[in-house]
Amino acid sequence: MNKEYIVGLLEKNERIDGRKLDSYRKITVENGVSKNAEGSARVKIGDTEVIAGVKMDVGEPYFDSQDKGVLIMGAELSPLSSEDFEPGPPSTQAVELARVVDRGIRESNSIDMKKLCIKKKEKVWMVFIDIYIVNADGNLLDAAALASIAALKNAKFPEYDEKNERVKYGELSKKSLPLDKLPIACTLYKIGNKIVADVSNEEEKIVDARLTVTMTEEGIHGMQKGGDKTLSIKEIDEMVKIAEARTKELRELL
Amino acid sequence: MAYTKRLDGRKFDEMREIEGKVGVVKNADGSAMFKFGDTVAIAAVYGPKDLYPRFMQNPKKGKLRCYYDMISFSVNERKRPGPDRRSNEIGLVTEKSLTPVLSLENYPNAVVDVFVQIVQANAGTRCAGICAASLALADAGLDMKDLVCAVSAGVVDGKVLIDIDKYEEDVEGMTDIPIAILPRTGEVSLLQLDGKVNREELKEALELVKKVSKKIHNAQKKALQEKFK
Repeated sequence: MNKEYIVGLLEKNERIDGRKLDSYRKITVENGVSKNAEGSARVKIGDTEVIAGVKMDVGEPYFDSQDKGVLIMGAELSPLSSEDFEPGPPSTQAVELARVVDRGIRESNSIDMKKLCIKKKEKVWMVFIDIYIVNADGNLLDAAALASIAALKNAKFPEYDEKNERVKYGELSKKSLPLDKLPIACTLYKIGNKIVADVSNEEEKIVDARLTVTMTEEGIHGMQKGGDKTLSIKEIDEMVKIAEARTKELRELL
Repeated sequence: MAYTKRLDGRKFDEMREIEGKVGVVKNADGSAMFKFGDTVAIAAVYGPKDLYPRFMQNPKKGKLRCYYDMISFSVNERKRPGPDRRSNEIGLVTEKSLTPVLSLENYPNAVVDVFVQIVQANAGTRCAGICAASLALADAGLDMKDLVCAVSAGVVDGKVLIDIDKYEEDVEGMTDIPIAILPRTGEVSLLQLDGKVNREELKEALELVKKVSKKIHNAQKKALQEKFK
């Protein structure tokens, strides 16, 4: 499939799979897909499949936030999921993915980090979110962000043995994480002079620029521009408008 | 105290519920999932494709490369993501266990990459990975002489148990013996052992694995047939 063909279709406001420019492929969210995680979820957007898992531990707080818990986010673009990914330490693309999802959650104060404090300066809950791509067919970021929030929503604190200062893994309490707002990421892509949502792999290869917008009901909490070309202010405004509508729909899937 | 009963009520020669499925990773040339109870492995095959760097190419035969990885939340205490010494070794033994069934001489200058990912772990992950990988190779349509059936045997107090789970693995005095069998010939392509057994016990374990490998083979065949229904 060549660039001219895809761009030619877009000129007529058509896409290779017959979708509208600003619509997503079929999305499914499945919660609690892992027995050993404190929370987990599988998200499919078309043929893109992502799993996210939450693990928790008790540790020391960071020096500059002694009454707050710790959030650590990781992502692996596993070589199992695509020919384009190689084994080894996380690539720049994986690091960017994790950091953009992380910022969305952090900046929206989605988790009340103060409620993760057990004893100020000494002991706090640490929340690890790990994202694994199972099959990569474009728009990984939106799928990863959605899976992360679903996994956080699904998570329960493990039991904690105060006396021996040990987390009793495998024994989950009934207590959910202190989640407030739900940040949702929506990425818009510019191909030629058209703006499209939820690109497939074939479309993603010819993307000129992209913009990820992470939103809660209250507004925009995170943005990340990518791609080699520029975006005009008008285009950014249009992208945000689409993101507002799409994130609202995505939130309803949780 | 002698080991007379299994905690989950299984018979000594009874595996956990097994299940295979092919085509779980669409991007891959071949892929499969294999389950032993709560242990879930997925495998994806990419290739045969040209091997680079070029000086590594062999005009007489292709190369098989296997990678094993546990996802961070597959276990109770979070595993630090990425490769470590254990996963390197398991990647290697997976490679060795699958090589005998592949006709790599049909793929000169090429490489076949197999990626195994443990999605959920309750012991026996390398065996689940090998079962899934051999299914994925078949799904990719590679020239193969046989499938590979792997399962772990345990020996404790002179008793041989099949497909030990995490709880059993941690029982004092348990010897863990992961074994892979080529079902058509009964040959062994993986054999590792941690613990202490005598010759009779080892033989019993091998025979027992050979016996139950038929069930694994059937589950694998079923999974492949399911795809072409």
